[in-house]
Amino acid sequence: MNELPELPFLSRVSLAIGSFFALLGDGRLAARVQALRSGAPLASEVPPPAPAPVQAPSPPAPVPAPAPVRATANVDAALQLLALLQRESRFVDFLQEDIGAYSDADVGGAARLLHGGARKVLQDTFDLVPVRTEAEGSRLTLPAGFDAAAVRVTGNVVGQPPFTGTLQHKGWRATAVRLPALTEGHDTRVIAPAEVEL
Amino acid sequence: MSGAKYAIGIDLGTTHSALSWVDLHSEGAAPEILPVAQQSGPGAVQDYSLLPSFLYVPHDSEFAPGDLALPWNAAPGRITGEWARSHGALTPIRLVSSAKSWLGHAGVDRRSGILPADAPPEVERISPLAASTHYLQHLRDAWNHRHPEAPFEQQSVTVTIPASFDPAARELTAEAAQAAGYHGITLLEEPQAALYSWIAGSAGDWRKQVQVGDVILVVDVGGGTSDFSLIAVTEDAGNLQLNRVAVGEHILLGGDNMDLALAHGVARGLAAEGKQLDPWQMRALTYACRLAKEQLLSDPGLQSVPLVVPSRGSKLIGGSIRTELQRELLSTILLEGFFPAVESSARPVARPRAGLTQIGLPYAQDAAVTRHLAALLGRQVGATAQLPGFAQPEGATFLHPTAVLFNGGVFKSELLTDRVLSTLNAWLAADGAPAARLLHGADMDHAVARGAAYYGQVRQGQGIRIRGGTAQAYYVGIESSMPAVPGLEPPVQALCVAPFGMEEGSEAPLPPQQLGLVVGESVRFRFFGSSVRRDDQPGTLLDFWSPEELQELAQIEATLPAEGRAAGEVVPVQLRARVTDIGTLELLAQASEGAAGGAQWKVEFDVRDA
Repeated sequence: MNELPELPFLSRVSLAIGSFFALLGDGRLAARVQALRSGAPLASEVPPPAPAPVQAPSPPAPVPAPAPVRATANVDAALQLLALLQRESRFVDFLQEDIGAYSDADVGGAARLLHGGARKVLQDTFDLVPVRTEAEGSRLTLPAGFDAAAVRVTGNVVGQPPFTGTLQHKGWRATAVRLPALTEGHDTRVIAPAEVEL
Repeated sequence: MSGAKYAIGIDLGTTHSALSWVDLHSEGAAPEILPVAQQSGPGAVQDYSLLPSFLYVPHDSEFAPGDLALPWNAAPGRITGEWARSHGALTPIRLVSSAKSWLGHAGVDRRSGILPADAPPEVERISPLAASTHYLQHLRDAWNHRHPEAPFEQQSVTVTIPASFDPAARELTAEAAQAAGYHGITLLEEPQAALYSWIAGSAGDWRKQVQVGDVILVVDVGGGTSDFSLIAVTEDAGNLQLNRVAVGEHILLGGDNMDLALAHGVARGLAAEGKQLDPWQMRALTYACRLAKEQLLSDPGLQSVPLVVPSRGSKLIGGSIRTELQRELLSTILLEGFFPAVESSARPVARPRAGLTQIGLPYAQDAAVTRHLAALLGRQVGATAQLPGFAQPEGATFLHPTAVLFNGGVFKSELLTDRVLSTLNAWLAADGAPAARLLHGADMDHAVARGAAYYGQVRQGQGIRIRGGTAQAYYVGIESSMPAVPGLEPPVQALCVAPFGMEEGSEAPLPPQQLGLVVGESVRFRFFGSSVRRDDQPGTLLDFWSPEELQELAQIEATLPAEGRAAGEVVPVQLRARVTDIGTLELLAQASEGAAGGAQWKVEFDVRDA
């Protein structure tokens, strides 16, 4: 029997929050968690059955591990954003169409439509600010302990900070995200419903 | 309302509604806008600062269960706001729109289910009153959802109405608010609310921007109506006072008509190239025209803006129609069509127009806002005659405004404010008067709601109050006792029952004339209003009047219950007019003599088919 090691408290908090949304969104996962809570052993805890001589070993049952839980929680938001982009700017239609056959003028016309709508979605959904306020092309110095997630250094990366270099891209950071609230049971996988005129 | 923590102002608009609120306990607090949660698509709820005044009645199988849910209602039967507007454009037979215009339309029964106007029989129809109630309820629920600590019912609430609403429409608005669970509301005219918002936004600076002797013209062009008011600045014991001296007529003409007219203009050009647009594309074109209009109006250097009408299918590029909105077309339609530089003697003309009307509503016959304005100023040339220091110069052909405040989304464009101001100033110059100046307003979209919330503060004694009272004198039509002439209607006399300028909570003196009411029967009277006869007192009897002087309103109806009286008995009554604290006009029939002496019965405004 392979007992799993105990998780630290913070990981348990993030798992609990992630699981909350994952369970709301995934009925099958919820059923499995319910079985687990009522004492059913995990596949990894069950001793493997004695191998049958002529049968290939069955694939191991999937384990409800933290990673897929987080992925499930993000899927709704991603689908929601895609649906918004499609509704306001025909984003999916544009990308799914083969533009090779059209002239630049035709593509440009559609791009205008896409730009106007997608921009509205971007502005409605996110508050965006540049990561660095300096003008692109200017020289700047990164002190020791700079936020490596917000600033990416490239090129001659040697020695110890402070680093001095040229700002190539000012970066973007979302300071607020406002996705529409979702109603219970809404199927976000429908990005655009088929339309039938009666 | 005593004990209220907040003053709430509600702009119940033809195309958009909004809620603003302000803390009554912190002096000088600025009104804020409530983000209104509403359905934005299937299964999605979003906050917007405006609630589009649209209601969609979905088919039972149209949406998945739960897709309509609101935070406070798991299964509402209707869609309200943003999604109602966008989806309803595709299925107009289920869309209720312009409920407010219908509420002010004397030609229909406003309590019966008539909307959507072109719905097939199986679609449930609702009354303009019920639709207005629904929007007010939605705003109340949105407030309660966000502010559970301060229940809506306990706050001081002001609801705005067009200054041009007649007594019946005012009463219906108050009735809708009561049906929506509002208590102790006050009605406020929208142009006044816009001025209040300007005062609130100037943070005390307004006293430097206006002076005694100013006549402020408020031009409020909303999505569906145009509304004018004139406010005179006077002085009392060293303090500035604001007096609303006149309001314009009810004009159903607004920004939405302008977008539609532009789209039809562009569509005509496409049709000439052999490209026909279906209704779906027409809607997309109207939307594109609105955006292009805003671009052209805000950037005078642009000569044209490309328009793309997407195909409805999933082929976006292949099926799109590309065209452009030229500045020339914009100027022709918008500036020359809606804001032509006319003479001050110009008056609205009746002529058939294309692309502006919707069946049923009495839209303005003349699309020219400037001509309606000229008519108002010409009619109200004597509006300030009774105010000391406001004598209009000899030979003035119209009332001379000295300052202009604009409100409404279309006036975000300087091109349009410039056009109205320059037209007005040309009139003033021709009359030898100094030019009017522009009062810089703040928030064209939310000023009315903000001003209404500010008015809640004013009612508590913080800040200046605009005095006004009723903007019309009211008359009851009585048949004169002349010998009948065959083939001619008996001549009608107009008996004044309510003088001009009655303040909230005041009562007019009884006119001496008695009318006979028959017990147990309902008696209808013709009812008139005048915005120019300022001196008539209750009891004044008019034999003749010009159409300019008196306008006929929906009829009024009195029914005397048979309590203790023989049916058919004639009881002499006098009509007493009262303006309620809410701001509605109330007419009472008061028995003048006999056993019933002093008893009163309410006279109803007939809101049914006139």
